[in-house]
Amino acid sequence: MNRNKETAITLYRMMARIRACEESLIDPILSGEIRCPVHLCTGQEAVAAGVCMALEKEDYIFGNHRSHGHYLAKGGGMREMVAEVFCRETGCSRGRGGSMHLVDPSIGMMGSAPIVAGTIPLALGAALAAKIRNDGRVAVSFFGDGATGEGVLCESLNFAALEKLPILFVCENNLYSTHLPIDEIRVSRRIYELGIPFGEQSHRVDGNDVLEVHKAARKAVDLCRKGKGPVFLECLTYRMHGHVGPDDNIQGTHTDIRPPAEIEKWRRKDPIKKLERHILKKRMASPEELKEIHDQAEKEAQDSQDFARNSSFPKGEDLSLYVNKE
Amino acid sequence: MSIKSRKLSYSLAINEALHQMMERDPSVILIGQGVKSPWYVGNTAQGLIKKFGEQRVIDTPVSENAMTGAAVGASMAGMRAVVVHPRMDFMLYAFDPIINEAANWFYMNGGRIPVPVVFWGVINRGGEQAAQHSQALHAMFSHAPGLKVVMPATPHDAKGLMIAAIKDENPVVFIDDRWLYNTEGDVPEEPYSVPIGKGIVRREGKDVSLIASSYMVGEALKAATILERSGVEAEVVDLRTVKPLDVALILASVKKTGRAVVVDSGWKTCGLAAEVVAVIAENDLGRSISSIRRVALPDIPAPASRSLEKGYFIDAQNIVDAVMQKPDVRV
Repeated sequence: MNRNKETAITLYRMMARIRACEESLIDPILSGEIRCPVHLCTGQEAVAAGVCMALEKEDYIFGNHRSHGHYLAKGGGMREMVAEVFCRETGCSRGRGGSMHLVDPSIGMMGSAPIVAGTIPLALGAALAAKIRNDGRVAVSFFGDGATGEGVLCESLNFAALEKLPILFVCENNLYSTHLPIDEIRVSRRIYELGIPFGEQSHRVDGNDVLEVHKAARKAVDLCRKGKGPVFLECLTYRMHGHVGPDDNIQGTHTDIRPPAEIEKWRRKDPIKKLERHILKKRMASPEELKEIHDQAEKEAQDSQDFARNSSFPKGEDLSLYVNKE
Repeated sequence: MSIKSRKLSYSLAINEALHQMMERDPSVILIGQGVKSPWYVGNTAQGLIKKFGEQRVIDTPVSENAMTGAAVGASMAGMRAVVVHPRMDFMLYAFDPIINEAANWFYMNGGRIPVPVVFWGVINRGGEQAAQHSQALHAMFSHAPGLKVVMPATPHDAKGLMIAAIKDENPVVFIDDRWLYNTEGDVPEEPYSVPIGKGIVRREGKDVSLIASSYMVGEALKAATILERSGVEAEVVDLRTVKPLDVALILASVKKTGRAVVVDSGWKTCGLAAEVVAVIAENDLGRSISSIRRVALPDIPAPASRSLEKGYFIDAQNIVDAVMQKPDVRV
């Protein structure tokens, strides 16, 4: 019980931190203070938190365009992330990457990129490196339902299975590929079945139930460490904001084309609220204690934004730094 | 330390570089299609699986995008991967991991993660292989910031540039030419690096600079011998690295001769020859240049039939004609 409580509270705190950070970015995006494209992950926190908590610091993760949650859940600093979104020199990528390029190799966050499916084979390679060195590390590739349209996913699933690589393919199925609903990009909604013809263990979980995600991820990571990988995990979830920015689906303002009833249905499935009900029901914490977690998260988000605002932009004369490593 | 040298073929010089680097550094791996098969990669990979095992010498499915991406990812995670494309035409499938990911990664992550990977592509043309089995795509890779591109012309440089490419902290595209594989030359037994970014003068001359790379260096040297009979003393500059160019060496040669013929095995438009010409044109050499010419492939896909191939690929006579100011019949 004690361990279950610790797990639940840790996951709750992580999701609260991700949520507070994401929501705090909305005003500076709308005011134009943040200019780089920002893909908010509000609503999808359970996937990042549940999977990353099943990992060790040395394990590798690779993200995509919507990776704030992945970076924070793996242990990346919020100050460095928000400073990167503000494109400052103190950002995790020194202002050269922006929101879509979050990195911290010291905690295994190996990078993120908006080329859909582009980082899947990179995670494959990190898993290959782990297998060659026999160092027990696991690699995780986070990608969305849109990435299932890219051929490189199938190439990677095949090679991972062929070489029994320690890799966890995590598809965050939020039902939308930018503006297109899933039924307009594929015949079957059952994305997890993609792993089956390659002989992979493939499962679908409720991506808004963080305990379920975490349990499935722990089992998958354990299999990978025993040389019984790879594993494919589809997490069914939903983003509460537009594809990019707070309410845009593509460009412009208030152009979200998703049915309001659908959005409302998913609002009731909010992953944080879901865990909150569980915690209160099991008396793992009091409402006051949970409020304290949210207050702390909001304070941290505010502190991170202050840090970003007080940081300098990269110097113009440093434009050509980092093209090559000397 | 005395350096022992002996004759070795170009392909075995590459093989020796791989053996020596894999022996000295356990993080070096070779991955790609056909590394088990002499039919694919000649003898460049011979003995590697036997010595280093299938964990580090990995023959792969036909999945260029994922396999190249895996080499990139492994290199981000502490390995030094060499990924081979026995026909570089297939590398086009891997443009995303090469350019979007590897070339940009160090920059867009603020210098946090280097990518010490080697993309090895073999130009494999002639023999009526037609348009998709003949392409020399070095100019495309040279266009992208973050990539270095090398094209060795001799067995000595093939070994030294492969070693330099593996040791480099950045992604390097190593491009060789199947037509060079049987060429023999002096190759030191010890491991050594040929510096990336440095060209070399292969033959001194005062009348015209022939600037070339890879297989074209040999044709330029033949052309220089033919020109000598007409009293023209041609200087032959071997670029060795096409990105970054050895600008100082190019300018010094052209400043001396006052004329340049730039020879390239790629297409003419937006090609390597165009870049070399631009470098010459926009630098003040302190003297007038009497003429600059390009000898490159015409903007035509490679044909199959031998009757058409003959007029398509470049040989020494095309270079001689350019020096003699004859019009290029192929363009």
